[in-house]
Amino acid sequence: MGWFTKATSSDTEKGKLNIVEGMWRKCPHCRAIIYRKEIERNEQVCPKCEYHFPLSVPERLAKLVDEGSFEEWDAEVSPMDPLGFVDSQPYRHRLQSAQEATGQKDALVIGKGRIQDIPLTLGIFDFRFMGGSMGSVVGEKICRAIDRALEGHLPFLLVTTSGGARMQEGTLSLMQMAKTAASLAQLDRARLPFLSLLADPTFGGVTASVAMLGDVILAEPRALIGFAGPRVIEQTIKQRLPDGFQRAEFLLERGMIDAIVHRRHLRATVGTILRHLTVGR
Amino acid sequence: MRDFLEFEKPLKELADRIDKLTKSEPDKPAVQRLIRILKTRLARMEHDLYSSLTPWQRTQLARHPQRPSIVRYVNLLFRDFIELHGDRTFGDDHAIVGGFASFEGRTVCVIGHEKGQGVKDRIRRNFGMPHPEGYRKALRLMKLAEKFHRPVITFIDTPGAYPGVGAEERGQAEAIAKNLFSMATLRVPIVAIITGEGGSGGALALGVADRVLMLEHAIYSVISPEGCAAILWNDASKAPEAAAALKMTSEELLRLGIVDEVIPEPLGGAHRNHEAMAAQLAKTLSAHLSALEAQPIDNLLADRYEKYRRMAAVATPHTSSPECLPPS
Ligand SMILES: [Zn+2]
Repeated sequence: MGWFTKATSSDTEKGKLNIVEGMWRKCPHCRAIIYRKEIERNEQVCPKCEYHFPLSVPERLAKLVDEGSFEEWDAEVSPMDPLGFVDSQPYRHRLQSAQEATGQKDALVIGKGRIQDIPLTLGIFDFRFMGGSMGSVVGEKICRAIDRALEGHLPFLLVTTSGGARMQEGTLSLMQMAKTAASLAQLDRARLPFLSLLADPTFGGVTASVAMLGDVILAEPRALIGFAGPRVIEQTIKQRLPDGFQRAEFLLERGMIDAIVHRRHLRATVGTILRHLTVGR
Repeated sequence: MRDFLEFEKPLKELADRIDKLTKSEPDKPAVQRLIRILKTRLARMEHDLYSSLTPWQRTQLARHPQRPSIVRYVNLLFRDFIELHGDRTFGDDHAIVGGFASFEGRTVCVIGHEKGQGVKDRIRRNFGMPHPEGYRKALRLMKLAEKFHRPVITFIDTPGAYPGVGAEERGQAEAIAKNLFSMATLRVPIVAIITGEGGSGGALALGVADRVLMLEHAIYSVISPEGCAAILWNDASKAPEAAAALKMTSEELLRLGIVDEVIPEPLGGAHRNHEAMAAQLAKTLSAHLSALEAQPIDNLLADRYEKYRRMAAVATPHTSSPECLPPS
């Protein structure tokens, strides 16, 4: 759990430098060097291999929900430090720098919005906040979004990008897996749709709880999705991993997800699925 | 013969000395007196050592190769155990054992991780690290228990779910997630007992329960101390520090409300006396099971949901204290 966090967050930091300072950007999937503006014009998608670059929460919302329809909930819910956790630096310091860098209290934004005029509740992970790791706040906010979906009889859509459970909150983070799964079971009993969209990367305790429990599970092209991080697996089996291992395409081939959807078609696809599952019941 | 751990070396030296004296001239009164003195000293040393164990030392006890696990407990606690195999889809995972058995006159469904006894058995059981088919077998048995109104008792002892290519290909994450989801609403009482190593998601996949009991020296964590040290300290040898930071001992988890009761172990750990451990476990299990069985299932499910829903340490602007956590 959280095994993947480190590798990806350092990659993202390197990537961030390129974004801020350079006119060029390297695709982490096909390694092509691409003109930054060209990626932006292409909805943050690599024109060579269709790798979907990470989106910030506002960027994600702009592409996904009907304009002006999003209303955030519980933005003020903040993390604590229940274990008094200190590694090379105190957890409180890590939280503070992540909060300053992102302007958010923790790694998940929830709220309500509309997609093609269909009202729904949403949760969107932010990988920039401690690798999108799930601690108490993320778990709590997922449950609150589900509570409101139940109250308002609305579908729930969750966009994941996460290294897994947050180590700094220890076993309490592990419990967020049980807690969110229990809330999703309530949604299931109320026959309200839960759509899960897996963005790059989705790993560990997030995959092994909410992410894989979607009634319909979608993924972005080339997204890395798994339980154990690739480095941990390589160290365990002492072999090179097969080509394309843990990519969205690999999961689709093995029957683990329903569809891979290009960003360009995401809003329409989600709209169609929601209509199929809700209209005229 | 008893296996001594690194931190038990001083005990071993003293025990060896007593052993040697006993074998050499046991009839001499002076030797007898010395043996008595040394035995008293040994008892005091043991008491001191085991009442001030560090989290890392307790991790060693939790992973002790002679620590009893499900196969042993099944023999000591239950009658008429019948093991049921396979997930009906892919295979039978020997890292998880399950079946039905009698406990104090009622039939129960018993499921747990098994690390194995001896080298060959350990390899066959993949050291207690399940693949997806193990979790799917467990869920199949839980659904059977639900169908026939039998309570579920799980025994948790795993380093974690196996990180391998096949496990990922066959949906390790989905298998774990599905268990969490299904256990949340399973319409029979569930008691989970963390007997040894509660290794992250691979442990939790058998751990959503009305009552979570934990053996005194067991551990339960979001990540292994070694894994945590490698990531956060950049140095796997910092595992003892990580073990302390992760607050993974039974007392800490009781305080956090994650565990409902801690079951005391024989002095020095469960491996020192399997029978005494099993007797203590049976007593606690029996009390919880009877209490759960006395409740209407809908109340039980509501309580189970509420219990997990409350697990959080979050602050809102006007409260600086946790909303739902018991005071520390
Ligand atoms: Zn590319």
